[in-house]
Amino acid sequence: MADHEHIIIESGDKDQPFNYAIGMHGSKFFKELKERRVFLGIRCPKCKKVYVHPRRVCGECFVEMNDFVEVGPKGRIGTFTILRYAFIDPETGEQKPVPYGYGFIKLDGADTLFQHYISIDDESKVRIGARVEPVFSEEKKGTLKDILYFRIID
Amino acid sequence: MGKRRVAIVGTGQTFHKSHRPDVNGQELIHEAVQSALNDAGMKIGDIDAIVIGNMDHFEGINYVDCWSVDGSGGVMKPIIKLTTGGTTGCTVGIGGYHMVASGIFDKVLVIGWEKNSESDTTGAITTAFDPIWDRLVFAGAISGLAAEAQAYMAKYGATDKDGARVSVRDRKHACNNPHAQLRKEVTIDEVLASPMLADPIHLLDVCPRTDGACAVIMACEGIAEKLTPIPDWIWGTANRHTYTYLNDTAFGGLDSMAEASKELFKKAGIREPRKELDVIELYQPYSFAGIIWIEDMGIVPRGKGAEYIWSGATDMGGELPINPSGGVIACNPIGATGLIRCAEVALQIMGKAEARQVPDVNLGVSTGFGGCFWVDMILHGKNKPAF
Repeated sequence: MADHEHIIIESGDKDQPFNYAIGMHGSKFFKELKERRVFLGIRCPKCKKVYVHPRRVCGECFVEMNDFVEVGPKGRIGTFTILRYAFIDPETGEQKPVPYGYGFIKLDGADTLFQHYISIDDESKVRIGARVEPVFSEEKKGTLKDILYFRIID
Repeated sequence: MGKRRVAIVGTGQTFHKSHRPDVNGQELIHEAVQSALNDAGMKIGDIDAIVIGNMDHFEGINYVDCWSVDGSGGVMKPIIKLTTGGTTGCTVGIGGYHMVASGIFDKVLVIGWEKNSESDTTGAITTAFDPIWDRLVFAGAISGLAAEAQAYMAKYGATDKDGARVSVRDRKHACNNPHAQLRKEVTIDEVLASPMLADPIHLLDVCPRTDGACAVIMACEGIAEKLTPIPDWIWGTANRHTYTYLNDTAFGGLDSMAEASKELFKKAGIREPRKELDVIELYQPYSFAGIIWIEDMGIVPRGKGAEYIWSGATDMGGELPINPSGGVIACNPIGATGLIRCAEVALQIMGKAEARQVPDVNLGVSTGFGGCFWVDMILHGKNKPAF
């Protein structure tokens, strides 16, 4: 995507009076993403489902999980939309730059989906099942924004 | 403590509009409550307790149960607030049912309301989703729905024209309902030519933002029959929540509705809902849900929703009319929307639905839908349930 800058929005100088803990499992995901550019999932010991992002409890089985597995980084579009209407992003107070590709990515080896931007440079290629790979930011922050977007590679 | 039978004995709604600057929230609520009391031939003094709900964060007013007492009639009465996102209106109905069925209260007033004109709808909805994992790309209610429609279309070959047919139905039905906000017919071509909001959803595929309130009065067996000649008996309720994160959603069908429907129909001994139900008021915030969710409900087999819609079976006069009121695409005061579905089925059972009346309604279903693909449902009947 030629000018991907427009999809990266920080809350900038706008204060957010919230500071969320994401738990040990979420932290591990971001640490690995930041340091190794790797996606971490977690497998339920009971149903064997691989969740990405990793979290402590499989809601369906109601058991704790600790079997971390690497997933991705490539995957396929599980489902998607292209957002075309303008709206104010409550996270930033800024208008979300539209249009943008909103993807639910099925990373290789994962059973759940991973939400992120997808490139819409060629809209005709944006379809369910399309092969994608992440494009990482140069800066390593340890947030979801370490991924700029997913690019279609087939 | 044994469970008691419960019936709806009166309903009331405002005349829903995009903006009601002539009233504040309490006054809007009061209009619906007074209308429901009049319908049931009751006074506020006859009410034992109140259940009220709207969307958290919408108007930026918390504790609306306390704040609204001037309008709700709740001064010096037991009040409880229930709020579950889009399902709120149906959840307050289920809560009212529990309160009467438990034997603790005999006559309960149930209220749902919203002033969307005083809220930032997308901003408020975003707060229902996880700040770390869900919000980066999130775009309000429409993004998840668009993703659902895409998944369904890819799986079953449905088209945006199929979705448009549902909008045409509901907007036509709304012309019979003086309470609906949008009372003007649309054509397939108009739906398809309306601006694309989030592929494949056009502007005329989705609900509007509405100001409105709805009130429903429930009473126990023994009292209900004395208040109204044809009470609307509640045969059962069900609700299901599937996911915390949007990431986990199994897109393309509504698992929560499939499960809730199974429970509800099993309770009532319904084996063939398509034949046994007479009317459905579906909380259908966008057109494609009118195709997908009737499959989850078990009305038609997987992949057959569009064909059933095109056959006219769900139009007025068809085999199983859906949304005689015009539904959510024609009117959406969100915290009230689920309760409007409930009230509309009650009107159908009681024979009070006027121009939108479906003949001979014995069994009907009303539903609520919300947030991360969760579902509430109520089954209504003209006869007392045998159980």
